[in-house]
Amino acid sequence: MMTISLGGVSMRRFLSSAAAVSLAAVSTVSAPAPAFATEELNALVWCDHTDPALVEPFEKANDVKVNLKDYEGTGAALSILEQSQPGDWDVLVIDGVDVQRAVGLDLLAEIPADKLPTADIFPEVRMEANNMKDGKTYAVTEKFGYNTISYDKTKVDPADMKDLSILWSDKYKGRIALYDYYLPMIGLVGLGLGKKTADLSDADMPAISEKLAAMKAVSKQVSDVVSSQTALATGEVDILVGGGEWITAALSGEKPNLDWTVPDQGAVRWAQSIGVMKASKKQDLALKFVQYIFSPEGQARLATSSCYWAMPANMKAGEHLTDAQKAALRWNDQAEYLKKTQLYPIPSAELDQKMQDAWTDMMQQ
Amino acid sequence: MRAPQPSQTRKPPMSTTTLEDTERRKAWGFVAPALLWTIAFFVVPFLFMAAMSLWSRQSGQIVRAWNLDNYIAFFAKDSLFKGLVNSLEITLIVTVLSVLLAYPLAWIIAERVPKRLQRLALIMAVLPFWTSYVVRSYSWLLVLSKNGVINQTLMTLGLVSEPLEIASNRTATVIGFVHFFVMLLTLTIYANLIQLSPNYRRAAADLGANAFQTFWHVILPLTLPGIMTGAFLTFVLCIGDYVTPQILGGNNELVLPQIIMLQLGRRADFPMAAALSIILMLAVTVAYALCARWLKIERA
Repeated sequence: MMTISLGGVSMRRFLSSAAAVSLAAVSTVSAPAPAFATEELNALVWCDHTDPALVEPFEKANDVKVNLKDYEGTGAALSILEQSQPGDWDVLVIDGVDVQRAVGLDLLAEIPADKLPTADIFPEVRMEANNMKDGKTYAVTEKFGYNTISYDKTKVDPADMKDLSILWSDKYKGRIALYDYYLPMIGLVGLGLGKKTADLSDADMPAISEKLAAMKAVSKQVSDVVSSQTALATGEVDILVGGGEWITAALSGEKPNLDWTVPDQGAVRWAQSIGVMKASKKQDLALKFVQYIFSPEGQARLATSSCYWAMPANMKAGEHLTDAQKAALRWNDQAEYLKKTQLYPIPSAELDQKMQDAWTDMMQQ
Repeated sequence: MRAPQPSQTRKPPMSTTTLEDTERRKAWGFVAPALLWTIAFFVVPFLFMAAMSLWSRQSGQIVRAWNLDNYIAFFAKDSLFKGLVNSLEITLIVTVLSVLLAYPLAWIIAERVPKRLQRLALIMAVLPFWTSYVVRSYSWLLVLSKNGVINQTLMTLGLVSEPLEIASNRTATVIGFVHFFVMLLTLTIYANLIQLSPNYRRAAADLGANAFQTFWHVILPLTLPGIMTGAFLTFVLCIGDYVTPQILGGNNELVLPQIIMLQLGRRADFPMAAALSIILMLAVTVAYALCARWLKIERA
C-alpha cells in the first residue's frame, strides 16, 4: 500500500505482496476477535497491521476486538480523522516524517517516557526530532526499511548493484523498473550525485532532472509497488530501483533469486511510527496496544506481516525471528545499512513542487 | 336499476387553463426527482469544480482568488499538455480499432449465427466483462510480458529471436483497452443490426446491388447510429480511464486522468485537478458534438 502525504511532506509505499492488494481493496479489515469481546479498539493503520497473525494474540489476551482501517496516505488519514468524531479512533500509525504534522494538529497524546522501552529501539531510528516535541514523546518508531535496489541476482552482477551510478548506466538498459515515488527516488539520485538527502535544494534540481532523464532512458517502466514487484518476480525486469526488503523479503521463500542491497553511496530510509490518539476515550487500552506492537513478539509479527516485511524497530525482536526471516531482512547487516542510509528528503512546499514537476517531466519523456 | 343521469355523474367541465396547469404540475412532479438529482449531484458539483479550477495552490495552501493560472500552466507545461495529447491519441486509436474489430464480430453474430445460438454467442463475446477490470488488466500485463504467453509462443515457433516489447508501453495500453471496448461496441452494433428489416437487403438486390454495394450503401448507413453510439461511449470511457494506462502503460507516458490523479494524490492541488478535469470534460463535449451530428441520421 502506498502512503501519500498531501501537502508534499512525505509518502510511503507498500503492498509488497499480492495479498496486500486484496487487503488494500477492503477498506476496513476486522481481525477475528473473541466472540464476546468486552471492549473495542479502533486503529487507523498501515496494511501491515491488518494481518490477523499480528492482532489476534492481543485481542485474545485482552478480551478486546480491534477494528482496523488501513489507509493509503497521511493526507487520507487526516481526511478520515476530519470526518470522524473525536474519540472515534484510539491508535494511529503514521509515516515517521509526518508525526510532527499530527502533533501540530493536536491529534496525538503524550506517551509517558517510562511506558515504552525506547532504549531497545535501534538508535538510528529513534527519530526523536520526529517523534518528540518539547521533550515529550508522541509516537514511537515501530518499523523501518529502505528504498534502495532490489534485483535478480541470477541475471545481474551483484557487484554492479553496489554503485548507484548503475541507475543511469547503459549496462542494464531496458531491464530496470523505477519505483514511482518521487521523494525516495530523488533522494537516491541525490545520493548518487554525492548529496545528502537533507541538503537537497533548488540548486540541485537541474542536475537531478538530468539524471532522472538518464534513468528514464535506460529503464523499462516506472511503476507502483504491485507492478514493480510483478515485473521483478516475472522476469520482466531484473532491477527495481527504489525497492528493498519490503519488496523482496516476503518473496524470499518462493523467489530466492531476488535480492536487495544498499549501495556504497547509501540509500534512503523510511520509518513508520505509532501513537495514541489524544481524543481516545480508551487511553490505557490504546497504550496497551502500542506496548504490544512494540513488544519483541509483536515486533517480530509486524516485521513479517503478510502485507509487507520490513525491519522491526525493537532490537529484541530478533529473538523471535527465525534465521531465514532474519536473513531475508538482512538483520546482521543493519548496523552497516543504518550508517549508510538517510531519511527521505523533507522539502519545503516550493521545492516539493519542483521535485514533483521534475518527476512528472521524467515520466513524460 | 335506473341508470344515473348524466347531470348527476359528470363533473363540471374544467377550463383549458386549469387543465393545462394540472398537467404542467403533474409533469413537474414526474420530472422533479430527476431534475433535483441532476442539480444536486451534477450541476452544483460541476459549478463548484469550475469555480475551484479558478483558484490556485501556493506554498501548500489553496488560495481562493480567481485567476486562470491553472489553465495557463496547462498550456505552458509540456508534461501537462502532453497528457491531453497522449489521451487523445490513445483514445482515437482505440476507438477506431475497436469499431473495426467489433463490427465484423457483431455482424457474424447477427447474420451468420442461428437465432437460437445468438444469445449464447453474445454471452461468449462479452464473457470477459464478467472479470474484474483490474484483474483483467494485470492479466494482460502477464500475457504481454517478456516471459508471457505471446512472446513465449512466438519464440518457440521461431518467429522472433528476442521478446517483443509489448508490455508496459502504449501498445499494451491499447491492447487492454481494445479488448474491453470491442465487447461494448459489439453489443451496440449488434442491437442495431438485428433491428434491420431483411426487406432492405431484398430491395437493394432487386435494384441490382451486389453484396458489397448493399453493405456500403444500405447496411452501413443504417447501422451508423449503433456504431456512433458505441464509438462515443468508447471515447468517453477510454479518455477518462485511469486504471488501464496505469497498469499496462508502465508510466512511460502519462494520460490526462493519471495527471489528474497526481494532482490529487500527491500535490493536494485540487484547483489544478479541477482545471484538468474541466479540460477533459471539454474534450468529451467536443466528441459528443461530433457524434451527435451522426446520431441524428434517421432510418429510411
